[in-house]
Amino acid sequence: MSGEAALEQRIGEWRTFFGKRQAVQSADIAELEDHLRSSIDALRAAGLDEDEAFLVAVKRLGNLDSVSREFAREYTERMWKRLVVEPAAGEASPTSQRDAKLAVGLAIGAAVAMKVPELFGMRINEDSNPVTQHFYAHNIPFLILPFLALFFAIKRSLSARAWLLLSIPFVLGAILTNALPFVMNGNTEALTIIHIPIALWFAIAVAYTGGQWRNLDQRMNYVRFSGEWFIYLVLTALGGGALIAFTFFIFEAIGIKAEPVVERFIGPCGVAGAIIIAAWLVEFKQNVIENMAPVLTMLFTPLFTLLLLVFIGTMIATGNAISVQREVLIGFDLLLVLVLCLLLYSISARDSNAAPGKFDKLRLVLVLAALVVDVLALWAIIARISEFGWSPNKTAALGVNILLLVNLGWSAVLYVRILTRKAPFVVLERWQTTYLPAFAAWAWIVVAIFPLIFKFQ
Amino acid sequence: MEINKDLVAASATPLVLAILSEGDSYGYAIIKRVGELSNGELAWTDGMLYPILHRLERNGFVKAVWGESEAGRRRKYYQLTKAGAEHLERQRRQWHLVDNALRGTGAPRPHEDRAKEEDSHGG
Repeated sequence: MSGEAALEQRIGEWRTFFGKRQAVQSADIAELEDHLRSSIDALRAAGLDEDEAFLVAVKRLGNLDSVSREFAREYTERMWKRLVVEPAAGEASPTSQRDAKLAVGLAIGAAVAMKVPELFGMRINEDSNPVTQHFYAHNIPFLILPFLALFFAIKRSLSARAWLLLSIPFVLGAILTNALPFVMNGNTEALTIIHIPIALWFAIAVAYTGGQWRNLDQRMNYVRFSGEWFIYLVLTALGGGALIAFTFFIFEAIGIKAEPVVERFIGPCGVAGAIIIAAWLVEFKQNVIENMAPVLTMLFTPLFTLLLLVFIGTMIATGNAISVQREVLIGFDLLLVLVLCLLLYSISARDSNAAPGKFDKLRLVLVLAALVVDVLALWAIIARISEFGWSPNKTAALGVNILLLVNLGWSAVLYVRILTRKAPFVVLERWQTTYLPAFAAWAWIVVAIFPLIFKFQ
Repeated sequence: MEINKDLVAASATPLVLAILSEGDSYGYAIIKRVGELSNGELAWTDGMLYPILHRLERNGFVKAVWGESEAGRRRKYYQLTKAGAEHLERQRRQWHLVDNALRGTGAPRPHEDRAKEEDSHGG
């Protein structure tokens, strides 16, 4: 390598190293780099070679820690808000601006799409006819989620193959949910409506991962994204709630009822837009702010462990069994999914090379407790099925419970192996990411196969 | 002669403003000028100049503009503002006052001065 090239490389390394500091922004680095280069030029003119000049110039620039500490003192706000939507002066990045435009454009697109059915006389209000209600119940995901998929498809410049793969679930799902002759308000219809968004969410992974959905690391990234997206959506919804409350309040003050506008426009369009904007925010800030999902996981893992242990203890002490009603079954499924999420998000943020610690033991207890609860719920469902036969709801609950049982069971085995240092932590991460398609497959089975098996009841 | 750290820090602002009052300049050239003016006795850590410049910019004493160096690199130039010139004038008067007061106590011999300073550092 020539001396010049080596020098460029070392300056590049210096830039990266300096850029890791939170208080320093790219404009500051550019300014100091100009200084460094001026200094190097002067030293070389004085007869030093590239290497010597670089070393002396860096030394004169001073210890990067103390320099960035001075920057931090000067710019205390930088330690806080690194998520400014307006780029700071001198560091406008074309990609982030392009993303912003894309996200806002697609959010508007989703909001408009929510209103398109009205052009065909489909209005949402209390006295809308059953056909309209039916239409919205089935199609809201298809009005919003394609825009979310588009956001990532465009951002990641998908290949033609990936575009095709991404569009199949959307087309197939839309045909299935609209064309199948469901018995009005039957169980299979309700199950399809619940599972369509889940099934589409897994399809969006194709776009998010840029077509590399087979890659396990990419899958984990999608898991991280999903958790953050949900949190951002909740936060955006809080803001939206405030907006709606004030809309009511200020128009009430001048004697105008705002309900129709809120119900017809602000509500539905706001939700559609927020879903896209939340995704963009997650993308935008991912390098900047610590992920929230793992932080919440850390807080709630001990509490949920305690809850499950006390619950099991109470069941043993009282001898009361779980009652099998649809809401109860759904509730328990959600609880187990939540336990799985606690596990998944703690894995997503854990350094896979770190030695197992106290929290890992706690998570094993959580998984074991969840397994016990899962078995109890399964037992109740099977008892019910053997008594009254198979129904769509019970079959769906049974399927999810078995999926979770297998997942949590093997997770427990792996966790024991990790804690006894027989296996590296990575095996658990790999198990979870390998398993994700099973959930996707189940969602699609419920959407596509259940109606046929249960004759659209 | 080694100059006390606090004194270096306190003199940095007026010195930078004074150098900018000679004409627009940029970080590296300011450091070089400080060396010339003090015959190399005032040695700053180069990197520390920039937080100072940025603080002056924030207070409105200097204005920063991105330009280009002779070699075509991006370079940030600083320019003294009216507020900066006024601030410099106030600082000059203060330093003058301190200097006058010190002179008024009679001129001590240089080596005595040195010994006192070493004493105050606790030997």
